[in-house]
Amino acid sequence: MTPAPDAACNVALFVTCLVDLFRPSVGMAAVRLLEESGCTVHVPTAQTCCGQPAFNSGDRATARELGLQVLETFETFDHVVAPSGSCAGMLRKHLPELFEDDPALQVRARALAARCHELVSFLVDIRGIEGIDRGEENKLNLTLTYHDSCAGLREMGVKEQPRKLLLSCGADLVEMNEAETCCGFGGTFCVKYPDISLKMVDDKLRNVEATGAPLLVAGDMGCLMNMAGRLSRLGSDVEVRHVAELLAGELAEPPIGRKKG
Amino acid sequence: MQPSSLAFKDRARAAMADPQLQHSLDLLKHGWQAGRTRAAAALPEFEALRDEGRNIKDHVLGHLDLYLEAFEARVVEAGGHVHWARDAAEARRITLDICRDVGARSVTKSKSMIAEEIGLNEFLEVNGIDRVETDLGEYIIQLANEPPSHIIGPAIHKTIAEISELFQKNHGGERITEPAALVAEARRVMRQRYLDADVGITGANFLVAETGSIVTVTNEGNAELTHGLPRTHIAIASIEKIVPRLLDAFTLLRLLARSATGQDFSAYTTLLTGPKRPDDRDGPENFHVVLVDNGRSAMLGTALQEMLRCIRCGACMNHCPVYLATGGHAYGWVYPGPMGSVLTPGFIGIEKAHLLPNASTFCGKCEEVCPVRIPLPKLMRHWREVQFDQKLTPTTARWGLGLWAAMARRPALYRFATGTAIRLLGLWAGRRGAFARLPLAGGWTGGRDLPAPQGRTFMAQWTRRKNR
Amino acid sequence: MSTSRDVVLGRIRNGLQRTDMEETLAVRRVGHTLASAEPNLVPARGSGDLEERIATFTGMARAVLTDVRRIAAWHELPALVGQYLREHNLPQKLVMAPDEALDRAGWDSQPLLRIRRDTAADADTTGVTLAEAGVAETGTLCLASSDRRPTLLAFFPETSIVVLPAADVVASYEEALERYSARHDAPPRSINFVTGPSRTGDIGQKLELGAHGPRRLLVVLIDEA
Repeated sequence: MTPAPDAACNVALFVTCLVDLFRPSVGMAAVRLLEESGCTVHVPTAQTCCGQPAFNSGDRATARELGLQVLETFETFDHVVAPSGSCAGMLRKHLPELFEDDPALQVRARALAARCHELVSFLVDIRGIEGIDRGEENKLNLTLTYHDSCAGLREMGVKEQPRKLLLSCGADLVEMNEAETCCGFGGTFCVKYPDISLKMVDDKLRNVEATGAPLLVAGDMGCLMNMAGRLSRLGSDVEVRHVAELLAGELAEPPIGRKKG
Repeated sequence: MQPSSLAFKDRARAAMADPQLQHSLDLLKHGWQAGRTRAAAALPEFEALRDEGRNIKDHVLGHLDLYLEAFEARVVEAGGHVHWARDAAEARRITLDICRDVGARSVTKSKSMIAEEIGLNEFLEVNGIDRVETDLGEYIIQLANEPPSHIIGPAIHKTIAEISELFQKNHGGERITEPAALVAEARRVMRQRYLDADVGITGANFLVAETGSIVTVTNEGNAELTHGLPRTHIAIASIEKIVPRLLDAFTLLRLLARSATGQDFSAYTTLLTGPKRPDDRDGPENFHVVLVDNGRSAMLGTALQEMLRCIRCGACMNHCPVYLATGGHAYGWVYPGPMGSVLTPGFIGIEKAHLLPNASTFCGKCEEVCPVRIPLPKLMRHWREVQFDQKLTPTTARWGLGLWAAMARRPALYRFATGTAIRLLGLWAGRRGAFARLPLAGGWTGGRDLPAPQGRTFMAQWTRRKNR
Repeated sequence: MSTSRDVVLGRIRNGLQRTDMEETLAVRRVGHTLASAEPNLVPARGSGDLEERIATFTGMARAVLTDVRRIAAWHELPALVGQYLREHNLPQKLVMAPDEALDRAGWDSQPLLRIRRDTAADADTTGVTLAEAGVAETGTLCLASSDRRPTLLAFFPETSIVVLPAADVVASYEEALERYSARHDAPPRSINFVTGPSRTGDIGQKLELGAHGPRRLLVVLIDEA
């Protein structure tokens, strides 16, 4: 990996609930990638959730309280990075909206929001990483297809960055049809409207399977758990992983939803 | 139209089990959705036009009263009449009164969403006015006695076979199955209706304050025959359809067809100013405009004001994965898709419509394609807030959210509780990679497995690493 | 009792909550906007010299299934029309705009053509009228109504023939209106922008022509001034 010239960069990792609880290896991979890019990584222990579930459920008061907690926990760092376009989008796009009633807080929220990033776009756009090279023996000699998670794509502008880095690791990318169409997760949507959600994930997985790629990659645990959970139920052979694990070369853990050991 | 938005989930389920409908919705994806992508890519100025379109609409909404007054004055100068309707009932009454004043028995009508919104169709029928829809799609659903399922393609849910059957039942004769022959048949039937009509009723895509003109847009040419042949023309339009100048209408027209169907311009765009002039050989002798408020003024100055920018292109539904799964009828009222999920609660009440603004993954595709950049997810979220504040959110959801929030506000407790729970869940999983069933997770595991946690939380592992 | 007009306008003002100061500014702003002839952003696509505009117009019009033919002189028009009707097995009969500009074509050269000069009626199969301008941007015709150019000619008959002097091919809708204003004192009752023949996708989302308006549209570009 090309070390970035500027090494004095204090980054706070916003772990995200799903990575923290279900897929810590993604968090570890994120730490490795950030450190390799020359950042000093901090993981504030006072972090819990970005407040998005409350925000999208119409519970603005709770969202505001959690937003305040995020503000107080993270505003001292140069950057806040999340291995999720959805949580990063909540912080970048919506955190300031929560403080429309308080100009002073809103100024602080805006300042923080501008420094919140999705992991892979941070590596490419802010840290200037052009490619990742772990040597010939560690090349990712595999074929994959990439799903563009909605919030990452539309709120954070994540599109080419993960593709660029995955290709640089030696992966072979086969694009699926409708890569930009929602997988049907949508947070609580998938349990409130299970039938519609299932139809959407089935449409998505048909496009995934049509590529023939044995591996499905995306940058958001919500989408990944939805798609992996459905693939598992359907008995499919397609494996599912978070982009950070591949980029960090941390493939010791089984794919999402797969048997251990 | 009686709202049935509370039946959204059941209707959605039925729609997804209907292969004919699914086929029609699939066509929409490859037709209008793909068309919009091509049209937008082919016009380098498209994104800049969207900004201008948004700005024009915002400017109008901030000066709506002044532009309406200017429009009214110009219509009157041109020899037309302007009527103001506070609500749907008044708009229906005004329209019926005009029809009765001219002794109308037969009316042709060009597709108008505001007419659907105010329930004009049934009202005219009940009051003995014989009405025929001239837009082919609208005519098909009139024959089928169904509401529209899409704002620009009211009959997109109907298959060729269904239309063929409807035509034979209503027109007699032999069964026709070729689309071209069906179109020719509709043309033949409609001819006489155009000639017989006493009144033509149209909507208006835009009202031009500068000139007092109304603008109609069609692909079939039915609006021109609807307002060009009868002696009386009534244009019904909601108040936010105003634009300052013809030059501003052009900006929005450049966005409209491209966003709707992927055409660069619809086949027919007509600017009409006043009734027939003394030397004219055609055109209506009486020209009426009915300006309808019906709840729009109440949206001004509120979070919903941005929705009044809508130019009714249908792009949000053509691109919405939920609409494309369920079709329009599931939404249970006049306006389907994302724009409908924002508008409907305002018309029929959030208590009858709360399932609609929740029926979105907030994927953001609608906002991405909206020609006037309406933040549709934000506006749906607004209704979720209203729903939450009015305690209409289901108890289990409130309770779950409350419990989770209570923990999330206390990092130490959250850490302890989630750490323990995940340990247990991990132990329970054993070597399984995923759960097929799990208590309290039926919503998830009904259709998919739940990937098992890796064992310990990230925070637990991180703390260990730091302490090493 | 207040009228509905007062109620609706009152509600709007109530929603907008303008102060007196803002009110004065708003009135001024609206007056200024309405008086402004400044066009908004106009796509570059239609611009260019006359030949470029004609090429763009022709390409765009053909893409939406308009038949475009170009002739050098007015006197070629009757023969072209007669030939077109024969090509499509249509009766040699026209309803034509009572506009003297069309007289110069010398219709006597086609003695078989029966021509009525009026607006269109039910029995008319082919209508002929003149366009005010052609818009290169989208291959659109701009038709303006008058006593000599009735609107229905381009809508009621199954075949529509529109004569367009080549010099009247302009870049944009805006320029088409400018051209009209330069020639007339007052705006017309009706302006029809026509982009191809009548079409519908309402039967199984398949494109079909001639839903209500013309099934065929022929544009004849004439170079002679």
